Amino acid sequence: MESFVIENRIWDPVETMPRSELRALQLVRLRALVERAAAIPLYREAFKENGITPDEIRSLDDIRRLPFTTKEDMRKHYPLGLLAVPREKIARIHGSSGTTGKPTFVAYTAEDMRIWADLCARFLVAGGLRPEHLVHIAFGYGLFTGGFGLHYGVERVGAAVVPAAAGNTPRQVMLIRDLGADVLVCTPSYALQIAEGARAEGIDPRTLPLRFGHFGGEPWTEDMRRQIEQELDLLAFNNYGLSEVVGPGVSGECAARDGMHIQEDHFLVECVDPETLEPVRDYEYGELVFTTLTKQGTPVIRYRSRDIAALDPCPCPCGRTTVRMSRVMGRTDDMLIIRGVNVFPSQIEEALLRVEGTAPHYQIVVERPGALDELTVRVEVRPEIFSDKMSQMQALRDRIDREIQSITGIRVRVELVEPQTIERSPGKAKRVLDLRK
Amino acid sequence: MKLKQLSLFLENKPARLKTPCKALADAGINILTLSLADTQQFGILRLLVEDWEKGKRVLEEAGCVVNVTEVVAVEVEDRPGGLASLLDVIEQAGINIEYMYAFTFGRGDKAVMIFRFDAPDAAIEALQQSGINPVQSVTLYERSR
Repeated sequence: MESFVIENRIWDPVETMPRSELRALQLVRLRALVERAAAIPLYREAFKENGITPDEIRSLDDIRRLPFTTKEDMRKHYPLGLLAVPREKIARIHGSSGTTGKPTFVAYTAEDMRIWADLCARFLVAGGLRPEHLVHIAFGYGLFTGGFGLHYGVERVGAAVVPAAAGNTPRQVMLIRDLGADVLVCTPSYALQIAEGARAEGIDPRTLPLRFGHFGGEPWTEDMRRQIEQELDLLAFNNYGLSEVVGPGVSGECAARDGMHIQEDHFLVECVDPETLEPVRDYEYGELVFTTLTKQGTPVIRYRSRDIAALDPCPCPCGRTTVRMSRVMGRTDDMLIIRGVNVFPSQIEEALLRVEGTAPHYQIVVERPGALDELTVRVEVRPEIFSDKMSQMQALRDRIDREIQSITGIRVRVELVEPQTIERSPGKAKRVLDLRK
Repeated sequence: MKLKQLSLFLENKPARLKTPCKALADAGINILTLSLADTQQFGILRLLVEDWEKGKRVLEEAGCVVNVTEVVAVEVEDRPGGLASLLDVIEQAGINIEYMYAFTFGRGDKAVMIFRFDAPDAAIEALQQSGINPVQSVTLYERSR
């Protein structure tokens, strides 16, 4: 009945702690967090306003009395207004890229760094990493947490690192091949680019020595996993993290590869409706909200990740007792509400990927001609999907329609349009046109 | 025995037919005949031109999506029952007609039917066995001049 793709290994016995003990540990740590967070003006004021003291936190449900933290709060307290320790305790500062404004910074103490490495070691080991492996890290090293987080995790396990960093794909291919890397660490899209880069050099990517891949840093799909595994002949594992919480190490897949185990001894997770902020039921999609239970440098309370995923509390055959999160299906920023249903552009793309030749030449148009929202998906007809038979063209349209409905649960209008008719803003196609505003 | 037919994808919007027609006109390519299948949202334009390779190139340069399919042209007596007897042969042979369209040369007592069969070779064989000879491409274009 167990369907492990590799040997099931566990780095730290704490991952299999009975749930009752885990919850007791979380409560103790949550109280301590409230005490520490009072050092941060943002939280101190919020606590005072709502009469919250550590003693008031009697059960984990009391988390709902605590305020949410948003990216906006972090921006407002630029650069380090959310620091909970004296400056001399800081061992490291990381941050977001700041492509949409100023970067946001997070600070780690030496103890935070130690825990971070351990969290990364947990999911790396769960996903096949052994001390004798050589790991090629093609993540950016810098303010971005991806490169360093995985680097420390690999070191913690005792394996060897090639800190290749991102970019220069031909060089990546050469390093992987010549140094004999067993494991690849990067974003899933970059893994495909490496495969492409190998082919461009006349090298069959399947002949590269890679056996495992640990991919994260961006949302991806099961279809993409199959593609990566097929092209690079490796086993691909998904991991998740965000710099505001810790970076990589928040969650990762085990040998069962059926959801990512959230490291609940360090993070308290909630899944809420992004509109009402009320909790959604298990297995339902909502916005993930994280509270850092042990972080000292820049702890966050109920941080709204803006990532949409579902939580699965069902016990996992691997023995870990932690809750599992689904793949990230989208971002709240991209979410469209169509007749009350949350729809993500990534879902439409996933549906189109199932109909050969239709992605990526598409556009989503949202209108409200009367009282109801209408969603139209315009798909450019390329020579490879065009037929002179009307029956086939209608079958194509019906198939796109069905795939979209099966993923989003809503009926959309599918329009087949002539090629090059979808407006292209410089660089990339404009995916969503919301004409309701 | 088979003719090359060009098919184009068109959105069902005003003036969409003009682009391909003008592109062919500018290149001096004459359209022997055409047919348009349409839905509310899009249409498929099928046309026969003598130099189909040049036609395809010209249309693609004009931004059209073009594919080439093989069709069969058959002469039919321009009288009641002319088409019915032909269809009998096709039906007996168990061959499916995807679509068909007709045109005349403006003289004579015969019409030309263009057939898109699911199995064109089997259709040609069945027709020939019944004494019906599909019109050769050369003959067709010569007669149109």
